[in-house]
Amino acid sequence: MSADPVAVWDLYARYGALLDAAQYDEWLALFAAACSYHIVPRENWERGLPAALVFCDSRAMLEDRIRALREANRFNIHSDRHLIGLPRLMTEAGVTVEAPFALYQTDQEGETRLFATGLYRDRLVGEGGSLKFRDKLILLDSFAVPSLLATPL
Amino acid sequence: MITADIWPASDYSRVPYRLYHDPEIYEAEQERIFRGRAWNFLGLEAEIPNPGDFRSTVIGEVPVVFDRDESGAVKAFVNRCAHRGALVRREIAGNAREHICLYHQWCYGLDGSLKAIPFRRGIKGKGGLDPSFDMGRHGLPPVHVESLNGVLFGTLSEEAEPLEDYLGAPVAAQLRRLFDRPVRILGYHRQRIRGNWKLYAENTRDNYHASLLHAFFATFGLDRSTQKGGVTMDGRHRHNITWAEAESEADAALAREAYHAARVRHDYLTLREPSLVAYRPERADRISLAVTSVFPSGVFVQIANSLATRQIRPRGVDECEVFQTILGYADDPPEMTLHRLRQANLVGPAGLVSMEDGEAIEVAHRASRPDPEATTVIELGGGGIISDRDYRVTDVPLRGFWSYWAELIGVEPEGAVR
Repeated sequence: MSADPVAVWDLYARYGALLDAAQYDEWLALFAAACSYHIVPRENWERGLPAALVFCDSRAMLEDRIRALREANRFNIHSDRHLIGLPRLMTEAGVTVEAPFALYQTDQEGETRLFATGLYRDRLVGEGGSLKFRDKLILLDSFAVPSLLATPL
Repeated sequence: MITADIWPASDYSRVPYRLYHDPEIYEAEQERIFRGRAWNFLGLEAEIPNPGDFRSTVIGEVPVVFDRDESGAVKAFVNRCAHRGALVRREIAGNAREHICLYHQWCYGLDGSLKAIPFRRGIKGKGGLDPSFDMGRHGLPPVHVESLNGVLFGTLSEEAEPLEDYLGAPVAAQLRRLFDRPVRILGYHRQRIRGNWKLYAENTRDNYHASLLHAFFATFGLDRSTQKGGVTMDGRHRHNITWAEAESEADAALAREAYHAARVRHDYLTLREPSLVAYRPERADRISLAVTSVFPSGVFVQIANSLATRQIRPRGVDECEVFQTILGYADDPPEMTLHRLRQANLVGPAGLVSMEDGEAIEVAHRASRPDPEATTVIELGGGGIISDRDYRVTDVPLRGFWSYWAELIGVEPEGAVR
């Protein structure tokens, strides 16, 4: 398939906006039925080491993550703000996309800090008439994770 | 500096908040514990398989490098140039034939000895060092390093007891159990926590919090305090093994009753991918959880089939890094490696059963600061003597940690328990 750049931009814009609004079900709907989601510290990636901070190699595991976030995990009370750079279509076919991102977190007192920065390296597929994430690889530049990582990058 | 009368109770059941916040105490810890006679967990031989392989680490805040020399022996030394105090090896890891300081190119061998100094004799007979300068006395300060089944410990002290004596029989046995065959490094996790390093050291010894703070354990049925388990310490009670056996039917029935009162969901919500919490026994024993804390800063973790080491790296009185190495075994088939990579979701800064530690430590650090004379309460499992327990609702190993801390700092109170 070839991807319409405007459709790609729209997908990334919605990705960040839905996470920042904590609309995780709608966010999950941006992923294909068969999908993966990995957050990999850059120090592992560069050494060819496979361990991830978040390792979801199936949609079931990604859904479990969100369920755990709601039902079990406790974390710092905060809001997220994603700043996602312009996605770069890496192939003529437009199915591989890279986009840099920064994620700021703001606590209850209104103090904001840079929480994470890195690169999305994604494979997209058309499914049900729209573009979806097939594989999302998040290369985490800021791999000395501040405090803890609960809400998705 | 504090004295022995800092302690409200000689069984360490009350710890003044000052001990987490006073910069003077922090400096004393660096000197008397980390640079003192403790053995510090450094890293793993598996990280430096070949001659010339090196890796950066720390002892407290002291930068340290360990490497494998030409003969295959493991060496470790302080990563600080004898000339002007600069960091010599700036990379985290790599392979090299020598270690050369960036600043004036002083060159050290893999054993840390000083090999060459540029312009040592000056140029055209002018400048340089005096001929009496003794190269042999200006190497990188050595770290005494010992390996137990490939787990490297180091000390800067000449007075440290032998490593095996320091660890004690149960901890040495637990390390031999976890490292009973060659390991494979799967990767690293780093977590920066805005809290004093001792809050993390205590946390790893606190059996009581595990299934309460980390609700995922009980909610999704990975581990519950109703399972058979307990705490086992070394003779001096400075280290601790928190352990549990895989759940039995009777445990499950007890859990329904116990957790009802604790306001923790315990109804075995099912995961869509249940292998995340599946334990595949790897040994004849039934141990499915073992968190081994070695004073001051080493932690060795088995949670189901997720294996890791952790090093607590103090970064000033108000912050620490938890540096975690994710492991498998060298002979794991690919399917087992995949299982471990999936179960690594449980640990680390994004860990389903560990992320909460970052928050708990930060809120404890934040709220305790303004009131240095107020104290914690450490009484789960009772006060008084410090001893092993065959139950899980206990935090007695925290008192063991503090008793040895007090000994090394030199502030043991009258009639102190050990």
